[in-house]
Amino acid sequence: MDLSVNIAGLRLKNPVIAASGTFGFGREYSEYFDLNKLGGISVKGLTLEPRKGNPPPRIAETPAGILNSVGLQNPGVHAFIEHEIPFIRKYDTAIIANVAANSVEEYCTMVEILSDADIDAIELNVSCPNVKQGCLLFGSTAQGILQVTSAVRKVCKKPLIVKLTPNVTDITEMAKAAEDAGADCVSLINTLLGMAIDIDSKKPVLANITGGLSGPAVKPVAVRMVYQVANSVKIPVIGMGGICNADDAIEFLLAGAQAIMVGTAGFVNPNVWVEVKEGIELYMENHGFRSVQEINEALIV
Amino acid sequence: MSNHLKIVETKMLAEKIFLVRLKSETIAKSAVPGQFINIKCCDGLDAFLRRPISILRTDPYEGTFDFVFMVKGKGTDILSRLKCDDFIDCMGPLGKGFTLPVKGEKVWVVGGGIGIFPLFFLLERSTDVQKTSFLGFRAKDSIVLQNEFERVSDKVIITTDDGSYGIHGLVTKPFLERLEREKPDKVYTCGPMPMIKSIAEICIERGIFCEVSMEQRMGCGIGACLVCACKVKHGDDFEYEHVCKDGPVFPAERLIF
Repeated sequence: MDLSVNIAGLRLKNPVIAASGTFGFGREYSEYFDLNKLGGISVKGLTLEPRKGNPPPRIAETPAGILNSVGLQNPGVHAFIEHEIPFIRKYDTAIIANVAANSVEEYCTMVEILSDADIDAIELNVSCPNVKQGCLLFGSTAQGILQVTSAVRKVCKKPLIVKLTPNVTDITEMAKAAEDAGADCVSLINTLLGMAIDIDSKKPVLANITGGLSGPAVKPVAVRMVYQVANSVKIPVIGMGGICNADDAIEFLLAGAQAIMVGTAGFVNPNVWVEVKEGIELYMENHGFRSVQEINEALIV
Repeated sequence: MSNHLKIVETKMLAEKIFLVRLKSETIAKSAVPGQFINIKCCDGLDAFLRRPISILRTDPYEGTFDFVFMVKGKGTDILSRLKCDDFIDCMGPLGKGFTLPVKGEKVWVVGGGIGIFPLFFLLERSTDVQKTSFLGFRAKDSIVLQNEFERVSDKVIITTDDGSYGIHGLVTKPFLERLEREKPDKVYTCGPMPMIKSIAEICIERGIFCEVSMEQRMGCGIGACLVCACKVKHGDDFEYEHVCKDGPVFPAERLIF
């Protein structure tokens, strides 16, 4: 039985990746489980310069999920290279650098810098709903995705993943645009734009008013989108959205995702990544699957 | 670490305010005043996130610790229905605690409402110091742990918003009055934002050591998700640190309210 997957040159020893924005740079969770057990870590969204992020409150609990509006608080790409890569490299797990920017030029500058850094892949974040400029603007139209991905492709020396937002009319159009522009892979879904109001104070719960919805509440939407995208592009798909256990992850694998990302569930269960990996192994054993790819081909429609 | 801990005692202290005692040798031995635990109120998807709650006291000999919470929503309501011998999924102890006073110092704690509980733990652990507690409550029927605070303090001053017990008005009033006569070595505060802001400002102005235990909506509780932001000074600029990992206790002079 082989748990490893190869996603356009990105080799993962298992298909379980920590989702960007939920895992920092791995330091905190390294005290809770052995990071060597992860297929990879998609690090906190990076920007060229350090970002302070949005004012609090940045989180609201919603039925079976959360809204967040962190706003890409991060130490900047240079601090990441200097301080965080050496830490993560102590572990045998793939490093995926999640990149957010305000302009095509800035995306290119960051990808150039990161192409020379000791990382395994780049995930273009064109889907963060919590920053005012750039980012989501590019990800909201096929034209925007085409523009930023083609420009980045020219300077990118690492496997290139484009992370898609679900806040569009047809996500398959976005995936096709990424593929046409030379992306090696697409990951989906980023959070669904949402809002919560405190009826006593009559104010939005989040200081930013709106935020991104994640957690089990979004899972059926995510599975549907992964299924649609996997059937409309040839490049590999990384699936995510509300995965809380191995059963959830296997749904995504059956829907056509070659790998999966787990994030929000870790806030509640810091061991979730290990449980998902072990649960996938058990499922493969019980169902006679020899590889993850066999699960990808097993959906009966 | 995350563990399922057994409830050994539960008690209703006032309307909607409950005390729970849990068995945990680890937390009983390692927790320091100001730290918190992060609790999963139930299995499944109701009350999805954990609830961060301050530690009230530990008993290293019995291997137990106590926490007190107020029923505010679905999660804490479920928690309030748990009974002895039930188990609670609990992470902790988490966060950075208070700087303990040194022998001979004059310590004042200023707490409001459910903010008084981490201060109790601090008082109980502070020995050979002179201790005064300023505690503010909404009304007489919301006063809790008065006897316990009297046991661990040299003096307890209670205020109520409606004047139904103790001094009528905000807790800052007797605090300021006493400051006219004497100066404490260390002040610790926890409670509603307007209260901790005034206490912090008064202390900074007079050059008195002051630590504040902050509250903010949390996600992971361990510093990874970055949601529980707290605005602090950073040179001439500011930075958002995080209540769960950099706090919940912060030096007053670092905070930007």
